[in-house]
Amino acid sequence: MTVQISTAAGRDRFVGSAVSRVDGPAKVTGLAKYAGEFAAPDLAYGVVVSSAIAKGSIRSIDASAAEAVPGVIKVITHENRPATSDNPEDYQDAVAPPGAPFQALATNRIVFSGQPVALVVAEDFETARYAASLVRVDYGVVAPRTDLAAQAPEAYDPPMKRAGIKPPPEPWGDAETAFDAAEIRVNGQYRMADEHHNPMEPHASTVVVEKDGTYTVYDKIQGVSNTHDYIASAFGLKPEQVRVLNPYLGGGFGSGLRPQYQLFLAMLAAKDLGRSVRVTLTRDQMWSFTYRSEALQTVSLGADRSGKLTALRHDAVQGTSSYEDYQEVVVNWSGVLYDCDNVKLTYSLAKLDTPTPGDMRAPGAVTGVYAIETAMDELAYATGQDPIALRLKNYTESDPTEEKPFGSKALKECFRQGAERFGWSRRTPEPRSMREGRELVGWGMATGIWESMMMQSSAHAVLTADGRLEVGNQTGDLGTGTYTILTQIAADTLGLPLDHVTTKLGDTTLAKAPVAGGSWTAASSGTAVMKACRDIAEQAFKLARGMENSPLANADFERVVFSNGRIEVTGDPSKSVALADVLKATGTQKLEATGEAAPDKDFAQQYEAYTHSAIFAEVKIDEELGIVRCTRVISAIAAGKILNLKTARSQILGGIVMGIGSALHEESMLDHRIGRFMNHNLGEYHVPVNADIHDLDVIFVDEEDKANPLGVKGLGEIGIVGVAAAISNAVFHATGKRIRHLPITPDKVIGEG
Amino acid sequence: MNRFDYVRPSTVAEAVQALGSDPAARFIAGGTNLIDLMKYDVERPGKLIDITRLPLDKIEERDGGLRIGALVTNAALAYDARIRERYPLLADAILAGASAQLRNAASTGGNLLQRTRCYYFYDTATPCNKREPGTGCSAIGGVDRIHAILGTSEHCIATHPSDMCVALAALEATVRVSGPQGDRAIPFAEFHRLPGDDPAKDTNLAPGEIIVSVDLPARGFAGHHTYLKLRDRLSYAFALVSVAAALELDGRTIRTARLALGGVAHKPWRNTDAEALLQGRPATRESFKAAADLVLREAKPQSTNGFKIELARRAIVRGLEQAAAGTPQSQSDKRIQ
Repeated sequence: MTVQISTAAGRDRFVGSAVSRVDGPAKVTGLAKYAGEFAAPDLAYGVVVSSAIAKGSIRSIDASAAEAVPGVIKVITHENRPATSDNPEDYQDAVAPPGAPFQALATNRIVFSGQPVALVVAEDFETARYAASLVRVDYGVVAPRTDLAAQAPEAYDPPMKRAGIKPPPEPWGDAETAFDAAEIRVNGQYRMADEHHNPMEPHASTVVVEKDGTYTVYDKIQGVSNTHDYIASAFGLKPEQVRVLNPYLGGGFGSGLRPQYQLFLAMLAAKDLGRSVRVTLTRDQMWSFTYRSEALQTVSLGADRSGKLTALRHDAVQGTSSYEDYQEVVVNWSGVLYDCDNVKLTYSLAKLDTPTPGDMRAPGAVTGVYAIETAMDELAYATGQDPIALRLKNYTESDPTEEKPFGSKALKECFRQGAERFGWSRRTPEPRSMREGRELVGWGMATGIWESMMMQSSAHAVLTADGRLEVGNQTGDLGTGTYTILTQIAADTLGLPLDHVTTKLGDTTLAKAPVAGGSWTAASSGTAVMKACRDIAEQAFKLARGMENSPLANADFERVVFSNGRIEVTGDPSKSVALADVLKATGTQKLEATGEAAPDKDFAQQYEAYTHSAIFAEVKIDEELGIVRCTRVISAIAAGKILNLKTARSQILGGIVMGIGSALHEESMLDHRIGRFMNHNLGEYHVPVNADIHDLDVIFVDEEDKANPLGVKGLGEIGIVGVAAAISNAVFHATGKRIRHLPITPDKVIGEG
Repeated sequence: MNRFDYVRPSTVAEAVQALGSDPAARFIAGGTNLIDLMKYDVERPGKLIDITRLPLDKIEERDGGLRIGALVTNAALAYDARIRERYPLLADAILAGASAQLRNAASTGGNLLQRTRCYYFYDTATPCNKREPGTGCSAIGGVDRIHAILGTSEHCIATHPSDMCVALAALEATVRVSGPQGDRAIPFAEFHRLPGDDPAKDTNLAPGEIIVSVDLPARGFAGHHTYLKLRDRLSYAFALVSVAAALELDGRTIRTARLALGGVAHKPWRNTDAEALLQGRPATRESFKAAADLVLREAKPQSTNGFKIELARRAIVRGLEQAAAGTPQSQSDKRIQ
């Protein structure tokens, strides 16, 4: 592919190439510190006692044995918990869904299994953990509701819509009548499993009480601003009394978007005790907040004999908690992907006695696209069409749900390049027609889609007289490569070597920026960094032009380029001056600027912005024993400009692996009698391991997009979307058996599905 | 995790003495299971007896077989040249389990004594007869997909998680133990027990006894064997069903058969009736199906694990086919033969 950067002052040197992570050495040598690793003088340790029941109340709680353990400082429960804000709105963080957010230890009421019921604070972690095991709780138990299928009849249209989440569009045409009249009809119900994010780093917070009474908070969060504002409002503090840092995350996948209860408890204890406190959750406790709630989905497709869609219905019921109406975009994708005259999409929620579900990598799209893309495969078989041909027949160059064209959509090229690399033309469509030794071979494909978003963000840049540049803002790097791409953009804009640029992230003293999520960070923070650096470039150019005997005296800004640490006249390298010399000669200590980025309203009025992908999967199946191996996945991605081929490829590979997990392995299993996830550890919740992953390949197709000056559309989500459908379609091709319930484990392969 | 005393004896006699009749004392070797159980507050030992200094880390020739010291690590055992050559079934079973890091730490004796992986046993928020006798079995009627189909009781449906022990059952190993009453040898089939009305007790070790070695008899079935493990992901998962199959053949006729299953019962499940049925029969799919049917005649499903009965039936047939063909399941290439 070719890469060009269009609007920076410098040339593309690093942007678009495969630069290694700038934070890599810090991570592999252990210099990178995470929220639960920061030290503080006199640090106390808090361990959370978790509820054994899912619903009911605490009748009594006996902490006397725990309090008697030498080294225990305090056991905080709902009975002795210090007051915090009594206004529920003060607990609504920047990405909270409608409702009253959970407040730890607020009352004796239990609303989900694993809910914190006490915090034991001790001089050391081991003492706190031991004492926590001595806290005795007497519960009044109420039968919990956690079975989505049983609650589905009570499902409702959420009265308050979640900010940033489009409700389903109004129906158009008459989908019911058209479906009944269709020559070809397919209709299927699709289920997934509840999934948990399981980042490698468990959630942790270290709250440091400074000498002046202010708080320095290290919190596992995907954007420090969210923690900062939550702490300030919940605890009634002035903004300047709290500084929040989180330079690194050991994976987030959305689990770190909202402040979680360990932060609240660490802050509660620190403020109460007047000393620094750390709270780290156990792996098991990672099942006690946020998860990808499964959905009950029905897709009905009507088509003529050629495969042209005449009716499309997609209905989803998804679980939420008793106290918040969490919502995601599940069904809209079906309307955006395909051209059809009669479409009806519905989405409703059912109350469950679980923690509030939360955004998990490509929230909603993983769920909805699995259903529509499996149904499209069913339609391909029902109409005798090749799955790619069927998708091309129903292709749309504009978004039918908004009646606006796409700013860019290179999906056709994804189909073409992906199919060619995969060898799709050698596929024999008949199920069970491909075989290798004892194993059945299946080839399946699917489309992926994710909305391309941008958020208001700023970034600050400082160029010092030694020719070094520092840029940064508050957003988080989840491990995706944000440090690296921002460094690349800054270096190219000012024509500096990479090692002259330092990027700082995850600190509320830096320029304002939102949480990292939604695949919006590259576009948002990237543009802000570019603008800040371009501002510095202009300042430096003005200074340079005013220098005595300046080689740039007669040049104007549009006619110079920043390269190799110098400002030079385009096409005449003999006329140039080093940036460092400009600052020295003009007695300038430093140049600084803040760049602001925001969505382009004009563009948004004219266009819709989405990333797309085509995923091709191969499975080999020992049918007799029900063992499915996913031996090959190729993902062709159309996501605008690719800033870093190495970190971008890793992003997509990670998405594919997570998609394989969703298709074949991952399932949080609820015991509905007690409303508890039972396989709450990494031995029993099966994420894919090396043996499950074979050949993965990523193609980035050229796509020019103008939604933002960088031309980027974001990559965090798109890699996972559609992977489960491609694999499940491959399983059908291999076996002739349509399994409509993920994950596809051996019991389903040998059983009824 | 509670506070505990720690002692480190240097002889077996000292270890036995340190254990005495203290019900709260526990031996610790690799610690790959005990430490987890302590973190989960399932085990709260008052005293840990570190036995890693005992002289039990050798593999020695004995009566044409091998004597495996209780402290030989799973990794050392699996990669021992004599084991690989003469008892490849055992090497394969070990390599089908856990991870390289765990196998480096885990001991032979500890492998025999590892506790079930029943979710409810590990979760102190739920009743469990194995953890707290008399409180009830939460797994029955609950999330029981991975649970036992053979030899269950109304008090417990847990499975024994070991892969190595399934091979040891098929190989008719002997467990040598030492205790206050002296030394004794326990045939492998009698070492682990079914839950019955006392599921807290996993084995027939008497109070105060320590495992000193596992003895392998001369017959190793190196020619015709397999360890076939079926699981929800292709590595680092406990068996839904596993099969240790070993045959001696006269041409196409079965002279001797050994067949043990993992993941299906409270102990490695060996059915000598099925082995006897195979004896003298041709090594064909029909014979293997008959043996499988016999093994599973008494199988009983729970609410969501009924698939394991059919899966076990198919796994037995495939395992015996692999053994008969002399093409054992590879533990590195996860493709099933």
